[in-house]
Amino acid sequence: MTAIQILIDGFAISALYALGATGFTLIFGVSGVLNLSHGALMVTAAVVAWAASSELGLGAYAGAGVGVAVCTLLTLATYGLVVKPIDRSRAIPPEEKEIFILTGTLLWGIMIQEFIAYLFTSNAKTVRPIVEGVVVIAGVRTPWNQIFTAVICWGTIALLWVLVNRTRTGKVVLAASMNPRGVTLLGFELSRIYVAIWLIYGVLAGIAGVLLGQFLGVSPYSVGPLTASAFSIVVLGGLGSVSGSLIAAYVVGYLETLTAYLISPAYRTIPSLLLLVAVMYVRPQGLLGRR
Amino acid sequence: MRKLAPAATRRLVRALLASTVLIGSHAVTSTVQAADPIRIAVIAEAQALAGASIPQAAQIAADEINAKGGIDGRKVELVTYDNKSSAADSVRAFQRAASEDKVHAVIASYISEVVLALQPWSARLKMPFITPGAASNEIPLNVHKDYARNKYSFHGYLTSKAQSQAVCDAAKAILVEGRQMKTAVIMSEDAAWTKPLDEGYKECLPKVGLKVLDHIRFSPSTTDFNPIFSRIEGAKPDVIVTGISHVGVQPTVQWRSQQVPIPMIGIASQATNATFWKETNGATEGVLFEMFAAPGTNVTPKTAPFAEAFKAKYGNYPSYAGYTAYDEVYYITDAVRRAGSTDPDKLVEALEKTDWEGTLGRIQFYGREDDFTHSIKYGPGLVSGMMMQWQDGKQLAVWPPQVANGKITFPSFVKAGSAAN
Repeated sequence: MTAIQILIDGFAISALYALGATGFTLIFGVSGVLNLSHGALMVTAAVVAWAASSELGLGAYAGAGVGVAVCTLLTLATYGLVVKPIDRSRAIPPEEKEIFILTGTLLWGIMIQEFIAYLFTSNAKTVRPIVEGVVVIAGVRTPWNQIFTAVICWGTIALLWVLVNRTRTGKVVLAASMNPRGVTLLGFELSRIYVAIWLIYGVLAGIAGVLLGQFLGVSPYSVGPLTASAFSIVVLGGLGSVSGSLIAAYVVGYLETLTAYLISPAYRTIPSLLLLVAVMYVRPQGLLGRR
Repeated sequence: MRKLAPAATRRLVRALLASTVLIGSHAVTSTVQAADPIRIAVIAEAQALAGASIPQAAQIAADEINAKGGIDGRKVELVTYDNKSSAADSVRAFQRAASEDKVHAVIASYISEVVLALQPWSARLKMPFITPGAASNEIPLNVHKDYARNKYSFHGYLTSKAQSQAVCDAAKAILVEGRQMKTAVIMSEDAAWTKPLDEGYKECLPKVGLKVLDHIRFSPSTTDFNPIFSRIEGAKPDVIVTGISHVGVQPTVQWRSQQVPIPMIGIASQATNATFWKETNGATEGVLFEMFAAPGTNVTPKTAPFAEAFKAKYGNYPSYAGYTAYDEVYYITDAVRRAGSTDPDKLVEALEKTDWEGTLGRIQFYGREDDFTHSIKYGPGLVSGMMMQWQDGKQLAVWPPQVANGKITFPSFVKAGSAAN
């Protein structure tokens, strides 16, 4: 009984982690940027979806759409206002750009977090679920919303796979992540590719944020933990490796769920963080890392 | 060097003279001002719903008092600070309030950890200080243990112990006698205020006829409550008795989406807030929670008018700490009037003699001999509390009968015993 419950619960939460981390790792793979405002973008999606559906009364579908749209715009703004200017700046030595981008996105995330707290208070919000009710699977009462979350997450990841492997744009993006200079030599504009990749990232983070808001609820306090969880999943899976992130998301998701059920919900995140430290010692490139 | 000396001396003398005049004039103005406004600092968590109501409610009380001409001709002036839910920020605000803004009393915070951090500063700076919403037993116990030092702090809300008693009293009537319930699981967040609350629950629940099957304390940063509800269901209790304040939305929403068939009753601070329905998308339907004052209830003739005045001004009903903060401004200024002074020791003496009908009930403080020195008294005829229930977007009082404006009902997925009537 508990075993089945852990299987079901862990599957849904891991799917959500996977979707959240995919965009994060994609950005790193292509442009070498670690976006520390990741959690803030996801929280924005959820809080905006909540405000649109509950406060403005737009309903669950339109609310979710507005949440994803606002998150996508904010993600593009993150690129345009924070990442790109630092990347282009002549005042910052090239070897220090990475650390400047880390700091810049971290501060940007804090600004977004404080702004949300200012507008909507720091109390948690839950997005109105698109599907309600429960279904009994092998004796375990499972909310439809949990199944819905897993389906949407995997559907989105599958679409992303098709986009990257089967379309021209996707192939260029993939090529850019392998060898940016080679792609420019072939006549592609790297800056256009960056915008495309941030756009994809924004949509992924937005969907993950709205689903998280429906599933567990978010508050401005979730910003830090969300960034941290994406970061550790991506490091565990191997920086820049999408399939590595997917595996890592399931490792972390199930490890957390097992801990929560079998030991205590209070220690939920500790074993996965210990695993992360161990991986850094033994296999610093992560599970499927290339560098 | 020597030649310059006379000029330097002259400058020095001139500067000294000037500063003496300045100090003198400042002394004169401050004695004139001493007959002027009664200044109260309000330090609160502006970004949290429970805390945001504190300065707003205090402002309504101050405006009402000032509209009636103040206290013996003295206006009430509030100085407000946002503590961002941080103890360190609160201490800085407290110091600033005392040393720079020269306030006569401080109303601060609904968080026990913050209040416990401020208590020593209230003692050091001899600054009368009162909390509108923290619950920890330690606050009044500290006053009892070292009265001479800590007598400046007052506990303007009920202790965790009194709150657990209030929940037990209500549970006895509506669950044990009303629905033949026999067993309970305690579920509370890990925080300073819930330690004595849980102790209180464990002591009083069996006495009212509810056997405690399990006791779960979870971290306030928990987001996924499914494992907790699954463990609770495994114990098969008739009811879940809660102690939650820092969290609220998430356990409530997951209780609903998982359709946990066990009713929840207890202290749920976020549920006291009028916006909780929207934040949970109505998942709070059927949740039972303790309140000591609420909109549309006649706890005292002052309760409903204050709630409406608050809504008219801010668009929402106040949180639980709003009612207490409103009362506090009234009885602090009343104490100033009775003491005829803002001298801290005289003010403390007058506050101890408080007998004020506020929005919460009749407010008096436990004395020096009592363990809970300077905490407001709990009991019939004083502040006694109500069991509330969220029903269709509204908070209705379902117990005790003399203030009830609704009947208890549960969503269909909840198995809530058999109703006696």
